[in-house]
Amino acid sequence: MKPRSLVSIDDLTTGEITKILSLAAEFEENPVQDILRGKVVATLFFEPSTRTRLSFESAVNKLGGKVIGFTDSASSSVTKGETLNDTIRTVNNYVDLIVMRHPIEGSARYASEISTVPVINAGDGANQHPTQTLLDLYSILKTQGTLDNLNICLVGDLKYGRTVHSLLMAMSRWKTSFNFVAPEELMMPDEYKLYLRNLGLDYYETPDLNEVINMADIIYMTRVQRERFSDPMEYEKVKNAYVLHDHMLSDTKPGMKILHPLPRVNEISTDVDANAKAYYFEQALNGVYTRQAIICTLLGLK
Amino acid sequence: MKNVNDPKQLLVSAIESGTVIDHIPASTLFKVIKILRLDRIQNQITFGTNLESKTDGKKAIIKIAGKFFEDDDINRIALVAPNAKLNIIRDYKVIEKRVVEVPDTINAIAKCMNPKCITNFEKVTTRFRVVSKKPVALKCLYCEKITDQERLEII
Ligand SMILES: [Zn+2]
Repeated sequence: MKPRSLVSIDDLTTGEITKILSLAAEFEENPVQDILRGKVVATLFFEPSTRTRLSFESAVNKLGGKVIGFTDSASSSVTKGETLNDTIRTVNNYVDLIVMRHPIEGSARYASEISTVPVINAGDGANQHPTQTLLDLYSILKTQGTLDNLNICLVGDLKYGRTVHSLLMAMSRWKTSFNFVAPEELMMPDEYKLYLRNLGLDYYETPDLNEVINMADIIYMTRVQRERFSDPMEYEKVKNAYVLHDHMLSDTKPGMKILHPLPRVNEISTDVDANAKAYYFEQALNGVYTRQAIICTLLGLK
Repeated sequence: MKNVNDPKQLLVSAIESGTVIDHIPASTLFKVIKILRLDRIQNQITFGTNLESKTDGKKAIIKIAGKFFEDDDINRIALVAPNAKLNIIRDYKVIEKRVVEVPDTINAIAKCMNPKCITNFEKVTTRFRVVSKKPVALKCLYCEKITDQERLEII
């Protein structure tokens, strides 16, 4: 029988998502358990992503499992020209589950078709990163108490941001209204807006964060990168418009929380960190519980 | 019913029994041959190309003696010849006419247009879900990007 993998958030039904989120809450209550004793998990990072890798390794270690793997392809057999096919066919003999990050899009789906053990996609190029989306959902659920009838404000690079696209697709399963705040050049692509329209969900677009900030239950910040602009002057004009400062938060909703996939550069001023509405570091911690829940679900251990 | 003795049809010699595929765009004739693997079968095949057509500019026609296609096989050519019409011939008579329809999934014949897709790096059989039939748009099951009619390449 084909093992259950997690490649894309669309692989999960809404019921399965809800189940993973409530399991994550159980792990948050009781993060150190012996569930994975005797199990070995491979972390195959064909490109470095320290944060994601450490989060997975922490999740496995807290549950009594062991981790083997590599941290970038320079130190692995890939540099000797081994195909992904061969790497997966070899590694799946050694482990109970594979966590893989790879710069090539679709590599995770392909690995999941070959592997005899579950594969978790920890990012395949610009394509999918479903555990990030699940930890975002967990953070939203935990801080708001529900996923229904929320106003989500997505800020920054909405054109290329894989994270915001996945979050939009996932939150569109609930009754969500969206505000899109981005410079002209980095607006949300039409296909996503069409998707929301077809579902009858509301969205509003503006280049001005202050216009919509007080409506938000969640502000999801992303980085506006210089290299995304065809005209460098355009970047210089807008770069400060997408930085969040503490003084902008005074009239925001009391329960509002600020999320960010991290690492941040300067898009959230450090004066926000002390504000109770800043949630990005807790969000990272939630990633550990969420990944514990995902691993145990795929292994059929919970 | 159109008669095979119609002078226009005689541009390419008639067959006793088999399949005539008409209204193929002249520009995609060789793609159709490739998709149907006609270069690998022993049947007698005749074809004509750059023929005048009232409706589709320059068209091509293929006649394959003694060959009858399953729907799933013939529908694969809809990607490059969406208006193709099939005449099934027995005893020099057209006994059935069929049109082609783009199937819901496309495996192994189209190339993913995304240069960063795994199918363009390793020996992976391409697989697509058809998200639009006219014009054709294919969603790669691997990288999840859309390959549209304009960028469609046959492997
Ligand atoms: Zn692809």
